[in-house]
Amino acid sequence: MWLFLLSDTLTFGALLFAYSYGRISNPDWPTPFHKESITNATIMTACLLSSSLTMVLAVLAARRGDKSWTRNWILLTMVFGSAFIVLHGMEWSKLIEEGMTPFKNPWAASVPQFGGTFFTLTGMHMLHVTIGVIYLGVVALRKAFLPIILALWAVIFFMTPADNVFHIGVHALLIGFVIAAVILFLKPKEYDAHDVEIAGLYWHFVDLVWMFIFPLVYLMSTRVQG
Amino acid sequence: MHTVAAHHDEGKGQYLWVWGVLLLLTAVEVVLAYKQVFAPIQMLEALMVLSIIKSALIIGWFMHLKFEIAAMKWVMMIAVCACLCLMCIFFADAFRILHLGVR
Repeated sequence: MWLFLLSDTLTFGALLFAYSYGRISNPDWPTPFHKESITNATIMTACLLSSSLTMVLAVLAARRGDKSWTRNWILLTMVFGSAFIVLHGMEWSKLIEEGMTPFKNPWAASVPQFGGTFFTLTGMHMLHVTIGVIYLGVVALRKAFLPIILALWAVIFFMTPADNVFHIGVHALLIGFVIAAVILFLKPKEYDAHDVEIAGLYWHFVDLVWMFIFPLVYLMSTRVQG
Repeated sequence: MHTVAAHHDEGKGQYLWVWGVLLLLTAVEVVLAYKQVFAPIQMLEALMVLSIIKSALIIGWFMHLKFEIAAMKWVMMIAVCACLCLMCIFFADAFRILHLGVR
């Protein structure tokens, strides 16, 4: 897992360098994140930090052999992770409503790359969080998690308008369902403390990446009003 | 994976402390950015320093690197140092382009 995380660091490193390079070298870089967005992003950060704490507590419970608390802490971690995804999706929706796309933005016509770099970087991270939530669900609930993913996918897909971010993004759950089903049916096993710790490493890595995205993307593009 | 679980303190207290410090550092970042205490370049430097401290806490305690074997620590530290060196080159170049007025 450490080696995978090192390779994933390179992916995020490249995206973060590209975003930061554009941010510093361009004085017209848009600053669309006002008080509401910063508050939202701060709550998202607190959610991820709290999820890391609950994940560590799940690892400790797994080492003690306490299966019940291991599952409870992992489920709480998933709740925090899901809250992060929902808040981030709402933030995306708001920016899209304001006219931001991967190719243009309403704040600075001379900086069309803002949307592309923002959506790529935060989208990649959100995908990692989604994969993390599914991974934790598989570790905590095993085959019992499969109908839950499918039900979640159906509810979100059929309850959201066609132009909503969640309506399109929810298909990641369907892909996750297929992959999780293949793994669970081809290689069924009882996940032990070792597996919980590996899942924890992945989850903490997702948290770690956000510790750089939050200041570079949000705090460096703050719009202070009055 | 490491097999050092039995050798280090399993208490929850240290993790609660780390979580509290991480939240506090996040609050400091938000205040610095919202009050716009520094000019953009100095702000970037300050935020990066705080982010590196936060990531060190996450890697060291939450990811248990603090309790890993020395070889693992060296591999990770070399990778982090290489990343920081690249950051210094990229950010300095971006700053140079800003001052050259290249569009």
